[in-house]
Amino acid sequence: MYIRSTGNISPQKTFGHQPLVDAVVYTGNRLACIEPDYKAFIDPKQIRRMSRIIRMGVAAAMECLQEAGIKEPDAIVTGTAYGCLEDTNLFLSKMVEFNEDLLTPTAFIQSTHNTIGAQIGLLLKSNHYNNTFVHRGFSFESALLDGMMLLNENEATNVLVGAIDEITNPSHAILNRMALYKQGPVSNLDIYKTRSRGTIAGEGSAFFLLAKEPSGKDYAKLDGLHTFYKPAGDSEIEEQLNAFLEKQGVKYNDIDLIITGNNGDAGGDKVYEQLAKSLFQNNDLINYKHLCGEYPTASAFAMWLGATVIRSGELPAVLNYTGSAGKKINRVLIYNHYLGIHHSLSLLSAC
Amino acid sequence: MNEPVFIAGTGIISAIGNNVAECLDALENGRAGMGEMHQLDSLHRERLPVAEVKLSNEELAKLAGLPKTKSRTALLSMIAAKEALDHAAIPNISSLRCGFISANSVGGMDKTENFFTEFLPDNNKGRLRNVVDHECGSVTELVADALGIKDYISTISTACSSSANAIFFGARLIRNNIVDVVVAGGTDSLTKFTLNGFNTLMIVDEQFCQPFDENRRGLNLGEGAGYVVLVSEKIAATLKNKPQIILSGYCNANDAYHQTASSPEGTGSYLAMSGAIKKSGLKPGDIDYINLHGTGTQNNDIAEGTAIKRLFDPHYPKMSSTKTFTGHTLGASGGIEAVFSVLALQRGIIYPNLRLQTPMVDLPFVPERAFIKM
Repeated sequence: MYIRSTGNISPQKTFGHQPLVDAVVYTGNRLACIEPDYKAFIDPKQIRRMSRIIRMGVAAAMECLQEAGIKEPDAIVTGTAYGCLEDTNLFLSKMVEFNEDLLTPTAFIQSTHNTIGAQIGLLLKSNHYNNTFVHRGFSFESALLDGMMLLNENEATNVLVGAIDEITNPSHAILNRMALYKQGPVSNLDIYKTRSRGTIAGEGSAFFLLAKEPSGKDYAKLDGLHTFYKPAGDSEIEEQLNAFLEKQGVKYNDIDLIITGNNGDAGGDKVYEQLAKSLFQNNDLINYKHLCGEYPTASAFAMWLGATVIRSGELPAVLNYTGSAGKKINRVLIYNHYLGIHHSLSLLSAC
Repeated sequence: MNEPVFIAGTGIISAIGNNVAECLDALENGRAGMGEMHQLDSLHRERLPVAEVKLSNEELAKLAGLPKTKSRTALLSMIAAKEALDHAAIPNISSLRCGFISANSVGGMDKTENFFTEFLPDNNKGRLRNVVDHECGSVTELVADALGIKDYISTISTACSSSANAIFFGARLIRNNIVDVVVAGGTDSLTKFTLNGFNTLMIVDEQFCQPFDENRRGLNLGEGAGYVVLVSEKIAATLKNKPQIILSGYCNANDAYHQTASSPEGTGSYLAMSGAIKKSGLKPGDIDYINLHGTGTQNNDIAEGTAIKRLFDPHYPKMSSTKTFTGHTLGASGGIEAVFSVLALQRGIIYPNLRLQTPMVDLPFVPERAFIKM
């Protein structure tokens, strides 16, 4: 199956299909999405009624559909770990503050996890399949698998798949207290050097149009996807990797680029460092979380990056690529884990 | 890709019973589960009846074998999922690829809303253990870990269709050869967040709900969990009690009319029902019973009824809303009602649509009022 188009709102200037040139630099442990001018994608009257995450989700989805030239996909599948936090927080705070009195329905209605997928369906007036996965670091991968199965089952010829997560002040405060993030000023460009505990918070909205048939202008082929949960140790991770590639009929030497999910957390990055010395020792490796930060659906940013590198053939300096210059990137493996719990492998190749 | 998927086990906990046998007894004897709030601590206690599971968190924790500090949503989920797995009694399950697909609407919100009372005035306050399982997926993982399932785990949240979507996603995982066995369904506990949310929508009935009645006033919220164990044909053949019920059709369609209201034509319901029947290779005339969504709101019942009329007229199956017993359990309702539907098939029984007094004038059919044994 093919990735025909993408739409990506992130802490970098990724919206509008601009090439990734210079990294936007942040100091501090919170990266925020660079929001576009929504008017080209959403009716201004509707923009005002939408929370930030809904706007980001809808705009990335619309950009993706526009690029593919598709008015109504056969299915809309979204993934989000935290859902619409801003509206959840708003309703919850008022409920606590006013002791279950004087509440209005808007925030409650927009707090449900499927609000973004539902809004896209509503704007497109689409009666087609619409589903939302909310499983922490597997949210995007579950949505992607659903889309891939729909294509396999001949239930759909094209599927819009996306992942959206936002940071809000309360969620950042809570996750900070849970010791997820680095303390003190740190540049996002330096997170891999600090060898300290914690990462930097990120967020994003990335959508993909998956199609069964090639269009002649696709980004890449999506050859395979595999997830595994709470592996017992490094040896199980290696077994999972070997089994996945064997099933795909691909050897490590066949892979031109591996995108790994290093996030600067000394503990969490150990497995990537170990693999760089073992299974990945002859591969060219790049990281991506200095660009988008860490969040449960960050792997959607990695898929956007992998697909973009394959199509453009360009590896801008911000990716810290150390392989041979001018090498054609035909096959990309993405390996990501979230908190050591949710591990995912995706394989992309040139069309 | 179209091989049959069998239902090898069922598990349930709801306001009318803590397991399948207790729920069946209540259904046969017309005992509804609504009443005054005892577990949830809400300002609306006196005014809004709810369909609560009749056990405290301490009692649920004991049944579930989980700590009592965990979200009630996880405790309910564990009890019903464990019953379903025990019922399926799949030998050597550890040698099979096993999945857990669970749905819920607000994750560990029952704990988060308590956390927020301390957190809101001071972001350094509030016990983190009360917010650590806020995510919908955390509730699923607590139960998956306790059940020892790890090959494929996911969570779906699409409001009131959540667990129906979870069940058919599970069936598709089997058909796509990703797993051999799936425990699929959903769970939700009552929370102040949800109760107040529905209250602002002004669709909560202050009396016991009367779905498909001309004078219906709204829904009663409920809580619970319901799961089925789905197995491939190959696994079904190895079981001592060979499963007889097949999940043959399913469909997800979007009404795309309004965020909280159904279209007057019931487009979403019509497309989902007709799509599921088509997928199964059956015709509308082959259907013997419809377990209605039947929430009891003005809007739902006329939309759903209109869709049924369009699809089945003039030969109507028997039908009833079991939400007249369990209340609307939101993320659990698809799971609970799937279990009721399996039991109806296995035992040849039809459940009554309780408290139906005046049939809706705009619909040419009337749901069943009495318990029927075929």
